[in-house]
Amino acid sequence: MAAKAAKPKTNSEDYLRMYRQMVRIRAFEDNANQLYLSAKMPGLTHMYSGQEAVAVGICEALTASDKITSTHRGHGHCVAKGAEFREMFCELLGKEEGYCRGKGGSMHIADQSNGNLGANAIVGGSMGIATGAALTAKLQKTGDVTVCFFGDGATAQGLWYEVMNMAALMQLPVIYACENNGYSEYTKTAEIAAGSLPARAEAFGIESFTVDGQDVLAVNDLTQKLVARARKGEGPFFIELMTYRYHGHHVGDINREYYRAKDEEAQWKTERDPIVNFGKWLESEGLASSDELKSVQDEVHADAEAAVKYALEAKYPDGSEVDMHVYAA
Amino acid sequence: MREITLSKAVNEAIAEEMRRDETVFLLGEDVAEAGTPFKVLSGLVEEFGTGRIIDTPISEPGFMGMAVGAAMTGSRPIVDLMFGDFIFLIMDQLCNQAAKTHYMSGGKLSVPLVLRTNMGATRRSAAQHSQSLHALVAHIPGLKVAMPSSAYEAKGLMKTAIRDNNPVVIFEDKLMYQDKAPVPEEEYLIPFGVANVKREGSDITLIGTSSMVQVAEKAAEILAKEGISAEVIDPRTIVPLDEAALIESVRKTSRAIVIDEGHQSYGVTGEIASRLNEKAFYHLDAPVLRMGAMDVPVPFSPALEDLTVPTPEGVAAAARKLCAGEMIHAA
Repeated sequence: MAAKAAKPKTNSEDYLRMYRQMVRIRAFEDNANQLYLSAKMPGLTHMYSGQEAVAVGICEALTASDKITSTHRGHGHCVAKGAEFREMFCELLGKEEGYCRGKGGSMHIADQSNGNLGANAIVGGSMGIATGAALTAKLQKTGDVTVCFFGDGATAQGLWYEVMNMAALMQLPVIYACENNGYSEYTKTAEIAAGSLPARAEAFGIESFTVDGQDVLAVNDLTQKLVARARKGEGPFFIELMTYRYHGHHVGDINREYYRAKDEEAQWKTERDPIVNFGKWLESEGLASSDELKSVQDEVHADAEAAVKYALEAKYPDGSEVDMHVYAA
Repeated sequence: MREITLSKAVNEAIAEEMRRDETVFLLGEDVAEAGTPFKVLSGLVEEFGTGRIIDTPISEPGFMGMAVGAAMTGSRPIVDLMFGDFIFLIMDQLCNQAAKTHYMSGGKLSVPLVLRTNMGATRRSAAQHSQSLHALVAHIPGLKVAMPSSAYEAKGLMKTAIRDNNPVVIFEDKLMYQDKAPVPEEEYLIPFGVANVKREGSDITLIGTSSMVQVAEKAAEILAKEGISAEVIDPRTIVPLDEAALIESVRKTSRAIVIDEGHQSYGVTGEIASRLNEKAFYHLDAPVLRMGAMDVPVPFSPALEDLTVPTPEGVAAAARKLCAGEMIHAA
């Protein structure tokens, strides 16, 4: 097995990179939301805002060749696994320079060169793919670990139980990362999930963990340990990350008081915001000043605005591309 | 030339490709020591071990999904689906994931996998173990579909499928596993999208897939005794389809019957007939006929089941009428 390890996050440079990555995700989503609201984006999209510490905490524990599978709410995973704003906004707008040449859009966005096997528009649809990627790693002894991101809603899919069973039997290097944001589309998770989610994984003999998904350091610390163990053949693992979705199920889900109270949303945003709280911690530990954090935010916002401008002006794919890439050569 | 069974031909193809390329592995239910219920894979686990001939639980969507992920990351999996009827269980992984990944990623990811499964009625297995569902997957862009008609095709098409960089579904007729045919000792591949003229003729073209090639050949023998010269063509793959070869034959014979074991409605027979109508209309002297399986669930009773699939006598009778001009204004 190739020796691989993500750098331990023990210095201010690493902490600031994590902060920056979270700010980048939030900035991407704020701009994407504006593109939707101003009718500049075709279709619609699902915002990751509020869950940034999950994607960043996990992806910062991975190497570039480690794999992830993502979901319909996948912009955060894509950014965290190393993608650039310009290609992402181009994809969101269906432009030729997008990561998928405009053929995937928001729900299939991925920077494939960084081990992202794609966002998936079928809830739970990537669970087999992630497990199969881990099977390749085992068969070919690549040393890669695969993280399968999915939401609490996807735990209702039977596929998960089939692949957990096989992953456990084969001891595959896969980590099932359930982002429990409390809502399965427009329904409270408590109404769709009986019992406990970790207990479901434990039933297959899979070691399971629950972590505060708003705490990037807690997420990163746990993931680093599990990734190192998975590389040694001690996987699979399950993590339930308790988090919160700031927007609706998708950008058009605006009037949502019938399933979620405004007070609840406000409370998470004011008390539990992963970026604000991590920023406060950086300041209190003397790792960054408020001016430094402000300049990170300003830089990221400027980058995002420039990328949006570029993408809006970028060209659409030529019509001749419509039947290109149906089959691989 | 030596003759081997279709079962042995499939086994040889997989073994040869696994020796040639160590990224090839196979997974499915009871594929290792059991060698599948049809014993097609017997001996492979002894040579390649349980690391590459992988027995799975009875979890079709799960192992199909795993094959997709393995294929996306540098492996070349062969998925063994015990019965073609179980394809309904894996539709999301096959049609939403495997088929679309290359396109949705703008060509950046590919899914080189083979799904080998079976088809064919008259084995007295009733409605959930007898279906021929190849038209369902042939409908989905991104999948290739091969239908071997003998041991020779089974080997050559399997080897090509394993080397293809796309998801390929191979439907083997489960009643043909013990049928023997000449198969060369030396290596060969059969390219996709190249039809095979099994028998030359001048009065009518009989286009058959899988075991229906044999039905067409037997019908051609019956017709020959009556002075009707039938040409028999096997497309070998329905995606891609060698449309040019089919059109060329019909331009010569001016009549055609398409014979396939899938249900007749909305199926392979209708698709091929439609293409001939669109592209060879002025060469036709009679409507192109479809002969598929009856539009009923496959019944258990032999007395009923045998009525549901095309027979040589049935094909010969239809050909006779077409050649006599009796069906030009058929209702």
